[in-house]
Amino acid sequence: MGKRVAIVGFGQTYQRSSRKDVNGVELINEAVVTALAEAELTIRDIDAIVIGNMDHFEGINYVDMWSAEGSGAVMKPVIKVCTGGTTGTTVAMCAYYHVASGMFDRVLAIGWEKNSESDTTGAIITAFHPVWERPTLGGAVAGLAIEASKYMHNYGATERDGARVAVRERLHALNNPYAHLHQEWMKGIPPEKLVDLIVGSEQNAMLAYPLRMSDMCPRTDGAAAVIFAAEGKAEKIAPVPAWVHATANRHNFVYAGDVDMDRNTTIAEAAKAVFKKAKIKEPLKEIDVCELYLPYSYAGLKWIEDIGFCAYGEGPRLLWDGVTDMDGELPINPSGGVMSSNAIGATALIRVGEAALQVMGKAGARQVKGGDVNFAFATGFGGCYWGDIMLLGKKKPA
Amino acid sequence: MSKIAIVGVGQTTCTRSKIDTFEEMVFEAASKALADAGAEVGDIDNVVTVSNDFWDGRTISSMAVQEAAGSWGKDVSTVEGDGTFGVLYGMMRALSGSFDTTLVVSHMKGSESIMNLITNAMFDPIYQRGLGIDATSAAALQARCYMDMSGATEEDFARVSVKNHGNAKNNPYAQLPMKISVGDVMASRKIAEPLKLFDCSPIGDGAAAVVLSNKKGLKRFKKDPVWIQGVAHCSDSFTLGYRDLAKSRALKEAARKAYKMAGIKKPLKDLDVAELYDAYSYMELMWYEGLGFAPEGKGYELIRENVTGMKGDLPVNPSGGVISSHPVFVAGMVRLIEATLQVRGEAGKRQVKGAKTALAHGINGPCGQAHCVYVVGA
Amino acid sequence: MNDKKREDVELLSISSGEASQPFNWSVGKHGSLFLQQLRDSKKIVGIKCPGCQRVYVPPRPVCGHCFKGLTLDDIIPVSDEGTVYVCTIVQFGFVDPSTGVQRPVPYTWAFVKLDGADTCLTHFLDSTDPEKVKVGARVKAVFEEKRTGNLMDIKHFKVL
Repeated sequence: MGKRVAIVGFGQTYQRSSRKDVNGVELINEAVVTALAEAELTIRDIDAIVIGNMDHFEGINYVDMWSAEGSGAVMKPVIKVCTGGTTGTTVAMCAYYHVASGMFDRVLAIGWEKNSESDTTGAIITAFHPVWERPTLGGAVAGLAIEASKYMHNYGATERDGARVAVRERLHALNNPYAHLHQEWMKGIPPEKLVDLIVGSEQNAMLAYPLRMSDMCPRTDGAAAVIFAAEGKAEKIAPVPAWVHATANRHNFVYAGDVDMDRNTTIAEAAKAVFKKAKIKEPLKEIDVCELYLPYSYAGLKWIEDIGFCAYGEGPRLLWDGVTDMDGELPINPSGGVMSSNAIGATALIRVGEAALQVMGKAGARQVKGGDVNFAFATGFGGCYWGDIMLLGKKKPA
Repeated sequence: MSKIAIVGVGQTTCTRSKIDTFEEMVFEAASKALADAGAEVGDIDNVVTVSNDFWDGRTISSMAVQEAAGSWGKDVSTVEGDGTFGVLYGMMRALSGSFDTTLVVSHMKGSESIMNLITNAMFDPIYQRGLGIDATSAAALQARCYMDMSGATEEDFARVSVKNHGNAKNNPYAQLPMKISVGDVMASRKIAEPLKLFDCSPIGDGAAAVVLSNKKGLKRFKKDPVWIQGVAHCSDSFTLGYRDLAKSRALKEAARKAYKMAGIKKPLKDLDVAELYDAYSYMELMWYEGLGFAPEGKGYELIRENVTGMKGDLPVNPSGGVISSHPVFVAGMVRLIEATLQVRGEAGKRQVKGAKTALAHGINGPCGQAHCVYVVGA
Repeated sequence: MNDKKREDVELLSISSGEASQPFNWSVGKHGSLFLQQLRDSKKIVGIKCPGCQRVYVPPRPVCGHCFKGLTLDDIIPVSDEGTVYVCTIVQFGFVDPSTGVQRPVPYTWAFVKLDGADTCLTHFLDSTDPEKVKVGARVKAVFEEKRTGNLMDIKHFKVL
């Protein structure tokens, strides 16, 4: 029971701090048109549509209805799914299940956000409990700063370690024309020196200890669309489809004060489930590339431990040894990641799309391992420290 | 079809201004559905919640209910749309090979906000919102279009309200059971021409849950399965002026697909009972046409001739429908729950005798932009 | 006739202006009891799950781990003193969307694990001195003189 499903196309808009030249529906349409062109399909070939974003960033209710004329949903089945920051992976999973169920053969997954249209921090605060949490919450930055400071407290990690992650993300973004932040000045400077410059800079304002401007993701306008197709159809659309081998998520926490700040238990549990399904025993060896949703730098040290790529406390070593750079054993975020581009509703979907490009060999200047990619690992993050994972592979699953 | 069954259902009452929080309502509905199925939370493989950020006043509205929905340690997702769409997604997940059983639970509290502002927010901020348009004023436009096209009258709409509020007297969960007359409806306060107070659904709070299982998962449950024999969904254009508001082509399309899956050839004959989403009285007549119970423009004949009354050939909304009880998003799931109870013979005073095949319908978006149709049977 | 080229079109935007969407959220029985205790007795309560024995602060109607309903009989007192689990000193200001008030900066936001509780209450600390506000610091609740049945009846936690 259940069909095997592959990604056969991915389109994204150029991500910018503000796309004043398009309204929301036009932005969505841009991504849809791009994805269809990539896959050499038309909207007539699409059997169903799934869309997601975080409502309060644009102040639009019933987005699946409002965007129907731009998303291609007129006279088609369409639903909206959203789970905060994890929306993009939630959308990808929803499209996957549409196809795996056998009910639809080709499904379009759309994620988008126009963060420039509202106060992002104000909107994020409304994600939390109006009685217990909103009165004191300092937005996403404070919510992430506490995890970083606990990690430093537990393992002795330093600001330099955090900065090393930021440097990696921003260097990788230079190969990605779609990414929002292109810090051209970093080109050609060795990572150690870049870390020195970042940590030593007085302009690099402290936001909430230990997080500084350089440790955070931007707010971005952007949209992405990914096309999922069923076995039997996928092979006809894409020369190298990216097969979905496993997907899992955990959204355990409701109250912020319940969250375990010592270990990211949700991504760890989801990873266990994914590795079990795909029969992966040595993640560091068997996974070829990752697109991880890292909303801030220290996550790049800690969550790779939680996922199981290395032992607790070992994260910084992987970074400094270059394991996660473009030519390393496990390149992480060849796209530049969330720290280079964060259109929230699209962001996690872009992780899936970028992972698919790596498997398909279509990642251009940001392709790793010369295209010899067997497994690509994509994650989503958001909500109350929730974790989503989708594992893509070149070989059709058994 | 017939690969996924509904094995458990639960609903809270729908009332104005519940003191229960979202968590409590969801826990109540989920617990009831599990108890109905003769199951425990460990029998559930994954969870789908259904809620809306605007109505809840909370970005990431799903965050409030993850624990109450039993999703700890499980795969979980959230549909922001009517409960019928949420159940459909839960169904896909149980067909995918990854899970055998899904719990789908929805919640809504209309009383904690101002409905006009919330539904005004579904309109486009550039061209429409500034007009102050909301769900009711848009519905009024649609009602007028429909009257012009079909010749249906305000009295025809009133007949729907009379029937459904009267039926609600048999439904312990409904918010507004009322014995009223066409004259009462016609005399009720004008809201937006041609709609009057009794043409509109109330604002209420409620939650509902459904347990779904594929064939493999059935052994975990004690309840006899009610099979989803056909289901389909379809959306029309968003901009009100881009579609013919008097006709529901998206509903026609969804119904066509659902009927084909279920082997329904003559809906009036093949269906024993139907639960439709009548957010406003006139909508029920439009949905008769979209669902093929009556030819285009002739929906009013069914209500005039009492074909859809409790003693008619095809009783519609024995539960009292949405006009009697409207927790938005939950109401579609309740239609499916009511259809399920009918097929099981468990609908108490509102039971349609011998019902074996039932239709459930939900809508999403302004003026019924999107529709989801289910055919369920023993 | 406008002689501007199409590419030169002025890009406009529509603002929501003073628009607001007011809400009136139910606190629920469990939360209401917690807030009443703050307001009337300057005491803090939690709720203990009879299944897994975890003590949750603030109290809530369901234990997520056990999927068990928790009743008002499960409410127990917890200390008004505790330990800082994590904290951060926030340096940037923004307008609080619930009150419309500009947050004064800097301020310290912390997860406080009260003695007797298994989960943390998120709140402010009274100090922004990095030497004092640390993981493991002992803190005690300081109550407002005038209390209304709101989490902010606790003014902040004082670092001991």
